[in-house]
Formats: sequence, structure tokens, C-alpha cells
Amino acid sequence: MKRELLKFLILAILVAILPTLLSGSYLVNVLIFVGIHTMLAVALNLLLGFAGQISLGHAGFFGLGAYASAILTTTYGINPWIAMVAAAVAVSLLAFAIGFPILKLKGHYLAMATLGLGIIFFIVFNEAVELTGGPSGFSGIPNLKIGSITFDNDLKNYGLIWLFTLVTVLLSVNLANSRIGRALRAIHDSEVAARVMGVNARLLKVQIFALSAGISAIAGSLYAHTMGFISPTSFGFNFSIELITMVIIGGLGSIYGSLIGAFILTILPEALRTFQDYDIIIYGIILILMTMFLPGGLVRGIPGLLARLRPADKQEEG
Amino acid sequence: MQISDQLTQYLFSGLATGAIYALIGLGFAIIYNATGIINFAQGEFVMLGGMFTVTLINTTGLHPGVAVPCAIILTTVVGILFERLAIRPLKSATPLSLVIITIGGSILIRGIAMLFWDKDTHALPGFSGDEPITIYGASLMPQHLWIFAVTIVVIGMSKIFFSYTISGKAMRACSYNIRAASLIGIDVRRMVLFAFIISSAMGSLAGIIIAPLTMTSYDVGIMIGIKGFCAAIIGGMSSGFGTVLGGLLLGVLESLGAGLVSSGYKDAIAFVILLLILFIRPQGLFKKAETERV
Repeated sequence: MKRELLKFLILAILVAILPTLLSGSYLVNVLIFVGIHTMLAVALNLLLGFAGQISLGHAGFFGLGAYASAILTTTYGINPWIAMVAAAVAVSLLAFAIGFPILKLKGHYLAMATLGLGIIFFIVFNEAVELTGGPSGFSGIPNLKIGSITFDNDLKNYGLIWLFTLVTVLLSVNLANSRIGRALRAIHDSEVAARVMGVNARLLKVQIFALSAGISAIAGSLYAHTMGFISPTSFGFNFSIELITMVIIGGLGSIYGSLIGAFILTILPEALRTFQDYDIIIYGIILILMTMFLPGGLVRGIPGLLARLRPADKQEEG
Repeated sequence: MQISDQLTQYLFSGLATGAIYALIGLGFAIIYNATGIINFAQGEFVMLGGMFTVTLINTTGLHPGVAVPCAIILTTVVGILFERLAIRPLKSATPLSLVIITIGGSILIRGIAMLFWDKDTHALPGFSGDEPITIYGASLMPQHLWIFAVTIVVIGMSKIFFSYTISGKAMRACSYNIRAASLIGIDVRRMVLFAFIISSAMGSLAGIIIAPLTMTSYDVGIMIGIKGFCAAIIGGMSSGFGTVLGGLLLGVLESLGAGLVSSGYKDAIAFVILLLILFIRPQGLFKKAETERV
């Protein structure tokens, strides 16, 4: 536990000093996205990496959070903080309700069902024009405010979003090392064995699904209030795939891995601006190669690879 | 137009798209039965079929009668490569990693298609012209008739293949129990390759015969692919009539929904049906439930 705390402190210090090192506001803006993507990847990892349940529709929950915040604040004039909480609670409840029938499915069937769910949300974002503004998007979403501070520039938003991200990371690490985390890993390895040991697998899977959806919705609200403009293309199938790729790169079941995955997949397209349209090809290659050769992800896989090389040296010596 | 004429119109066009879903669904079911994998790249074979045909006809000026078989062969080559490079190297992979691998393969194929062609939509002329014909008050394109004819022939052929040939029977044996099949001397890996060949050929054929009606582009695969999967789910993953019925049912419901309710939500209809079937009758509409061994 001390090591976990140390890792978290190092991360928190890095997050605090990074903007002072980066004078350009553009890079701070990129780091804001790293924060939002980290929240989403960590949320998905709780489901995919710990409970072993795939979701190809998480961009939909992200979008639901964003649209709920946008509509509540802009159309109905509700305070953004209240809207954010309302959106998160509503999306969690929705996920909880859908969770019971959908998480009864396994493997490929679950993947297809969540994919279908994500696409239904996407179609609604596009078609419910009076509510969402349809394909042309929703603009004029107000910034968040605390007292007299309005979060209207990159530096303030950076602080706000990374505060949420750090809290998400801390809570997830705690959860992973708790009784619930161990129960989830047991479900991952064998659901039947977990149930035999007295884990209420069905309820636990649904709860983690709802939690994961709720965190994604909060990330969506933050995104909407930071950007001031949202449109359906940000919440489509491709983004769900991007999230899965982040989790896979970092490693299933590794919270800090998801952070690294989110960092790499957010920086990479920025660094390779000329490859704008081709990033999806790169994701495809990453997904295939990582699953084949580094199924543990970067964080666990690379030490694993080194370890595999090392005993060979020792044998030669002996 | 009278309401009855309108209904026949929806029925016919629904049956035509349903036939396409059936062909794609059969592709899903054939691979699933041979390997236990849901091939998320199935829709990309559909896209490749249409796009190869468009390119062959437009750039080389080939007669459609030559271009279509060539496009099917090219797509099948992609199917074989996919099986060899992405599926065969995996030994004892979990369903989760198989899902991720086939998704990776699917977006890779789509991305390469976007590079190789472009982001535009392409049209293919109808096989027998584009003059509508009127049947029972509904106006149909000759292409609709082509779709019905081709689908019936393909389904008939696959029925004969699975019932009367050694390879077909061997593939069915694999679908019951892969280990038992290999114990009686069936080369399971070859059957897996066969499954990929047949389903990529079927998928590309579906993509070719629908292209004159709906146009085609690099990204048509995902939507139509999932609808084909939906057909297979309704049919309980059978590589026979269950999936065909599932496809036709889905096509008609979608067409009626689009015509009578809202065309914007047309695509959502298929996904709602997919979810309902998965929630209520995951074994398909026409099958009894099986218990799972652990």
C-alpha cells in the first residue's frame, strides 16, 4: 500500500509541475485531453481489465454525460455542477438498468451487444435534433464556475480536469486493492469459481458497469464544459475503439497503464499531424500486435519480456 | 399511391435488403461454427466486394461478368490472409483477445481501403439496367430481382455443400465438437481456412449485388456487418435457414419501420432488435436453449 501511495504522489507532483515547464498554452491544451482520456480509460479498465467484461459502447456513455450537461445547462439554465452530478447519476442508473440483461451475455455476444448499444446512442445524438442540435453539434455550453473563478482558460481547466483525473486514479487504485477488486479479478478468471466462493458475480459486474459508465459521464460533462461545443462525431464507434486501444496498450487491469495508454494515444496523433486520417490504421495495427505479442500491455509486458530474456543468460552462465 | 401498394413496396425492398443481411449473417455463422469466433471483420469483406467491383469496372473497363468473379477472388484472398496472419497464429486465445484481434483486423482493412481508394461514395450500375419494373403496385429495380436470384442460388449451393459433400459434413462436425472432429481425423485447421474462404466469398458477393442500390464506400462495412450479425443472432447462429429467415425478418421490419415510423432511426431499429433478441432469446428465435458446460 505504501508503494501505491508513493506512485500516486509522484504522479500528483508531476501533474502539478508539468504546466510550469510547458510555457506554450497549446501543449497544456493537449494535456487537458490526456486527463479526460485517462478518466475514460481508467473507467473502461475497471470493467475490461478487472471484471473482464468488454464494452464497445463506452463512447456512448461519455456522450450521454456531455449531452446531458449541455442540455441541462444551456437549454434549461441549470447550474453546471448540479447538471454534472445529475448527468452522472442518471447515466449510472441507466447503465445499472441495462447492465442486468446485457452483462448476462459473454464474450463475443457481449461485445456485439455493447457495440449495438453505443451505436443506438450515437444515432440518437444525431437524430434528436431539437434536443442535441443533430450532426451540426451543440454550442454555447457555459464554463464551470467556483465562486468568482470561471474555468475559462487552458491553465484553469488543466487544474480542474487533472483534479478529477487524480481523484479517479486514486479511487480506482483503492478499489483494485480492496475486497471488491479481488472479487472482480476472480470473476475475470472464472465467474463460476468466483460464485462458488460466495461472490455475487452478477450484481458486482452490474455495479462496476454502472460505476464505469458514471465516471465516463463525468468525463463527458467536463469535456462539454471545457470545450463549450460538442458534436456526435466525438462519441462514435471509433472513439470506443480508441478507448479500448488505450486500455490494451497500458495493460488490462493496470490503472497507471491506462494513464500511459491515454497519454500515448493522445500525444501520438498530435505528433503525427500529417497522419490525421490514418490514425485508425495505426490503432488497428497496435490492437493486433499488442494482443498477439504483449497481451499484458506495456506496463506489465515489458518487464515480462525482459524477464523472459534474462533467465536465458543465466542458463548460459550456469 | 395506395397504402396497400406502399406496403408491398416496403415488403419487397425489405426482402431484398433482408436477403443481403442473410448472406452476411451466413458468413458470420459459418466462421462461428468452425472456430467459435465472431468475426468482426465480416462487414469489411462486404465493403471489399463492392469496392473491388467498382474499381475493376471503372478503371479497367472489364465486363461485369468478369469483374464480379475477380472481385470475389480478390476479397477471398484478403480473407485467407486475415485467417493466416491474425487468426491461425493464436493458440488458446481468450474470447476477449479474439474480439480485439478481429476488431483490430477490421479497422485495419477499413483504414487500408481508405488509403487505397478514397473517402468518396462510389456507384455501380445495375446489372440489367436501372429501369424500374412494376409488380403488384410496387416499383422494383431489376437489381432487386438479381438479389433474390443470387441469394436463392447461394443458399441452395451452401445447403448442398453442407449436406452432401465430405468437406461440408466435416465442417458441420467441427461445429458440433472441434475436439471430437479432430479425433476422427478431420483437419480442423483446414476447415477453419475453408470457413474463412466461404464466408469472405459470400460477404463480398453480398457487397457486390447491393452496391448498385445503395452505393458503396470504404466505411459501409461496419453498419451492414452488424446487421448481418443481427440476422445470424435471430437465426441462432445456424448456417442454414434460421439465419436466412432472420435476415429477411430484419430487412422487412427495418423497411417497414423506416417507411411508417421514421427513416432517421432506421438503423437504430436493427440494433434495438439485436439487443432485445440477445436479452430475451440469446439462443435465437427458432432454437431451444442449451445449457452451458463449464
